[in-house]
Amino acid sequence: MPIIPVNYYIFFSLALFAIGIVGVLTRRNAIIIFMCIELMLNAVNILLVAFSKMHHVAAYALDKTTTVGTEAQLFVFFIMVVAAAEVTVGLAIIVMLYRNIHSVDINFLNRLKH
Amino acid sequence: MHITEILFWILTALALFSALMVVSSDNPVHSVLWLILVFIAITGHYILMNAQFLAIVNMIVYAGAIMVLFLFVIMFMNLNKESEPQKSVWLRLAAVVSGGSLLLILVAALKDNAGYINSMKGEGSIGLIKNLGNTLFTEYVVPFEISSILFLSAMVGAVVLGKKETSIPAA
Repeated sequence: MPIIPVNYYIFFSLALFAIGIVGVLTRRNAIIIFMCIELMLNAVNILLVAFSKMHHVAAYALDKTTTVGTEAQLFVFFIMVVAAAEVTVGLAIIVMLYRNIHSVDINFLNRLKH
Repeated sequence: MHITEILFWILTALALFSALMVVSSDNPVHSVLWLILVFIAITGHYILMNAQFLAIVNMIVYAGAIMVLFLFVIMFMNLNKESEPQKSVWLRLAAVVSGGSLLLILVAALKDNAGYINSMKGEGSIGLIKNLGNTLFTEYVVPFEISSILFLSAMVGAVVLGKKETSIPAA
């Protein structure tokens, strides 16, 4: 029976999260920064599903009718809902930004300070 | 080596490589396409963990709707050219070092877990829509309704932000 340690999933999602952070810090294109934020949200989703599965496996050994682990999957569902709403508003903001300064370079946003 | 482990490693390598390509490719359209590949790999991970409903929703919502929205905005702004000015080398190096040290610290802090995941063992009924829908519409019906209000406000916000500002009369 294939057994995958939950450590692998933790390391995998941490690596995805770190890649997302490096992308946010290195790029200047606002859309790519936004995409890296989506990457970080997905890393968290993978971790939630992995812990849900781990918890369910442990509880299933004692009780065959258990539904332990459902809540984590519903949290992932709600995270997806919030991410969809966030993308809608964020892309509308980026479009408005492009209409005003004709660029999506975040360094031009420095003028908000003045 | 069982087929599940082989699939796990293939999907992990695919997701990490595609995520690196999202960050490092110059053309924003290529970044979007690599990100779609990341989401497909994550969908495969959900299927391996018996979260079938989330796999379908991830595929439809993320790889379908959200990525189409990104692609549409990029094409709309005509950004598909390699004209993005790069940050300086030192800033990028500092960003990579800080991200890497965060990864190092989190891995060092979390490496002592002993849990395991028994994939594909025929105990995967919690990821089906029957169980999830039962819980969603009994225990979590209030957050569900609140999320519909969130969607409504996001829709109104997108419409308000997307309107031309010249049509506002000077009061």
